[in-house]
Amino acid sequence: MFTSSRSMFRLGAIAFAAACALGSLSAQATDITGAGSSFVYPVISKWSAAYAEKTGNQINYQSIGSGGGIAQIKAGTVDFGASDMPLDEATLAKFGFAQFPDVIGGIVPAFNVTGVAPGKLVLDGKTLAGIFLGTVSKWNDPAIAALNPGVRLPDAKITVVHRSDGSGTTFNFSDYLSKVDATWKSKVGEGTAVNWPTGIGGKGNEGVSAYIRQIPNSIGYVEYAYALKNNIGYAVMKNAAGKVVQPNTASFQAAAATADWASAKNFNLLMTNAPGADAWPITATSWVIVYKQPKNAANGKVILDFFKWSYENGQDAARSLDYVPLPANLVSQIENYWKTEIK
Amino acid sequence: MAPTPAHQLASDADRRSHRDARHDAWFRRLLKGCALLVLATLLGAALSTLWGGREVLFKDGFHFLTSSTWNPVADDYGALAPIYGTLVTSLIALVLAVPVSFGIALFLTEIAPNWLRGPVATAIELLASIPSIIYGMWGLFVFVPFMASIEPTLSDTLGKVPLIGKLFDGPPLGLGLLTAGIVLAVMILPFICAVMREVFQTVPTRLKESSYALGSTTWEVVWDIVLPYTRSAVIGGIFLGLGRALGETMAVTFVLGNAYDLSGSLLMPGTSISSSIANEFNEAVGTHRSALIALGFLLFVVTFIVLLIARLMLRRLSRREGN
Amino acid sequence: MAASIYLRRRIVNVIALVASACATLLGLVFLAWILWTTLKSGVGAIGPHLFTRITAYADQGGLSNAIVGSLIMDVMALLICAPIGVLAGTFLAEYANRTRLGAIIRFLNDILLSAPSIVLGLFVYVIVVLPMSSLTHGAVSFSGFAGSVALALIGLPVIVRTTDEMLQLVPGTLREAALSLGIPQWKMTVQVLMRAATSGIVTGVLLALARLAGETAPLLFTAFGNNFMTVHPLDKMESLPVAIYQYTNDPSPDLHAIAWAGALLITLFILALSLLTRLLFSRHKVRYD
Repeated sequence: MFTSSRSMFRLGAIAFAAACALGSLSAQATDITGAGSSFVYPVISKWSAAYAEKTGNQINYQSIGSGGGIAQIKAGTVDFGASDMPLDEATLAKFGFAQFPDVIGGIVPAFNVTGVAPGKLVLDGKTLAGIFLGTVSKWNDPAIAALNPGVRLPDAKITVVHRSDGSGTTFNFSDYLSKVDATWKSKVGEGTAVNWPTGIGGKGNEGVSAYIRQIPNSIGYVEYAYALKNNIGYAVMKNAAGKVVQPNTASFQAAAATADWASAKNFNLLMTNAPGADAWPITATSWVIVYKQPKNAANGKVILDFFKWSYENGQDAARSLDYVPLPANLVSQIENYWKTEIK
Repeated sequence: MAPTPAHQLASDADRRSHRDARHDAWFRRLLKGCALLVLATLLGAALSTLWGGREVLFKDGFHFLTSSTWNPVADDYGALAPIYGTLVTSLIALVLAVPVSFGIALFLTEIAPNWLRGPVATAIELLASIPSIIYGMWGLFVFVPFMASIEPTLSDTLGKVPLIGKLFDGPPLGLGLLTAGIVLAVMILPFICAVMREVFQTVPTRLKESSYALGSTTWEVVWDIVLPYTRSAVIGGIFLGLGRALGETMAVTFVLGNAYDLSGSLLMPGTSISSSIANEFNEAVGTHRSALIALGFLLFVVTFIVLLIARLMLRRLSRREGN
Repeated sequence: MAASIYLRRRIVNVIALVASACATLLGLVFLAWILWTTLKSGVGAIGPHLFTRITAYADQGGLSNAIVGSLIMDVMALLICAPIGVLAGTFLAEYANRTRLGAIIRFLNDILLSAPSIVLGLFVYVIVVLPMSSLTHGAVSFSGFAGSVALALIGLPVIVRTTDEMLQLVPGTLREAALSLGIPQWKMTVQVLMRAATSGIVTGVLLALARLAGETAPLLFTAFGNNFMTVHPLDKMESLPVAIYQYTNDPSPDLHAIAWAGALLITLFILALSLLTRLLFSRHKVRYD
């Protein structure tokens, strides 16, 4: 026992030393670390794999959550952060940060009602807010029925399913409800986690969609890519212009294009309830946060090069994951912003 | 070979006993150092949560303890619902896991034929090695629908029993306190069981054989001889399981429903301290983050109180037995 | 009269034995149920690519960097917590059994058992990651080493608890016999007591490993994760639980399958280890009388 534990220890020490030696030998070209939003994780990791093959620079992005991403870039433990909420002017100035959007995605209301086919349920902002407030509590409520003439809605109680974990998805969803419904704004408000008036919480997209699938007459919200890839029935929405729109690449892009980016300083703008006629009302982006004067200037350059590369070459990858690439005018705006803001 | 002079022998022995004493002292210091390290770790971890949660704990600690509102938007936090959920789910888990673990340990040490013991013991221990996120996913995709299918029956039978009927009242969603408690029970079962099995084997055979010789049945030997002999270690094993149940996050998060409610029914969704932290920590900033860390501190406090009560009960028990 | 008492005792006995067999069956049913779910959901992703490709390629990739990272961190964590835990447990059982210090440490160790793993991760973030980052001006921040420390803190109380219990069960006569032969206490502790309790201590270490190998929360803020291969302990390091965690929330069902396959790997890894140790230590089995 004694000798074996001693030899085990020795073995461990040797392994540790060998690993150190091996690691220092294989010192990579450039190692960049980013952390934050889980919303953009799939697409950034796909970009980084392709970018590493092309340039040899490894961008290691981990989804530890937007809050975590912001905390880590503040602490200087990562090279860039990614957040589903834009930082305000004061925070950006205080820490010497710059921020810019990376990619666009949508959030869809998902539901499970027997007899109502996916895509056949129409909702508007006020009704959706009513459902999540608990004031619209039955599927055959006049508010829902008025939007869905000809659809047979059951006389059943609505079970609301929301995210239990803090998330950018919840942030954008609650922001949309706040914009369209005064009661929601005063009673609940917006945030990555809110005080839900009703319903049950599922962890992550998979938790919410599993509950929706399992519980009859339920409704929730998930990322568009998740609903699409996992065959979850989603509703269509009446947008700010009063038009009923389908969630898809075109309607997300319409939301991004009609958003007034030019007058938004530091791109501090949420795309929810965008004014365009074809705009999907719950469209979201996330923001990359970098130091204006990075401690390691070379790393700073590689980060911008990576995003420049991804705007130009990552569009197909983004589309294949059901994200929407940024519109061209926004990209040129971002590149100008880099020139003026980042040293 | 000349015989060694007597005085040299004596000084050899002297030197050796000195050396032994020195080694003993060093050994003791080494052990004590390690034990103190454990102490320092806990105090460090607890103090770091106290410090991290100071914004909420010291501003209005009383409100934090007694309120059941949890509103991150308004920065209004109360820990009552998570504390309640933690205690209820852990209690369910213990109530279910302790007898089952005992049964398995009994089966493995006294009943099963020798060739069966190793494989079954390994299989049960394997339950401990399944990552908790898998318990969560399995719970979410498989066990919650199963519970949803049997909950109407539960409501119709147990729900009609007076006194405990209220516990089984509610919509058959499948998720909730009871489901979380059961999943926790499966998770902690191997910990309790492994310790029980291990210590049951240490009971001297002569004790058991004497009892058998007096005509005891297997059950009587286990209940009256094995269990009392190993009681302290068995309780240690139960604490091991309780500790895991109180602190478990991922598995609970997926099946608990995560509603900040105080509900009398076990079929309703709830939340727990560690699942609240795991759920919201990643996206939390400012006071919200502080409130979550304060919850972490509360878990230390809750565990402290739970263990203290357990200790006091044990002491009373052993006093009654006249030990 | 006597016959009826005897009959009752027999009936109680049979009921208890049947119940215990049922309990065992119940445990096995749950194991089979969970393993079957894991296998069924992960089978699509099992293949050689799991071991040869890195996570950076997502659904076209594998888990090789996560497997390597997990192995390195789990082993390092055990190297940290097993010696400390066994020694601390020995102190509790042999030197501080009836002292106040022993009671306090034992009590606090039980609390440490239930500390939420995320809190321990944060603690390590504060005492390891941040100091390293400021010492090296950000060159080293999150690291596999920090991850191992966090995992070690999770395994530590399990080992302390079991070592303590197992040593206390070694009969006092063994101690007296050894000491009366004149060997020093440390030698008696290491060569007699620990050997007698080997099987129990090993069980404790295995339980600790089983518990720490599946942990995600403490790794996010310590080892961080790395989509590329690394073996350097001071690099940010990927691990199986973190990969599983990331993949389960991903929209792609292909990644969900990889996540389940990863879970199966962890379980099989622990199974292999526990079989191996059982094989190694079954020869050492000491009877107490």
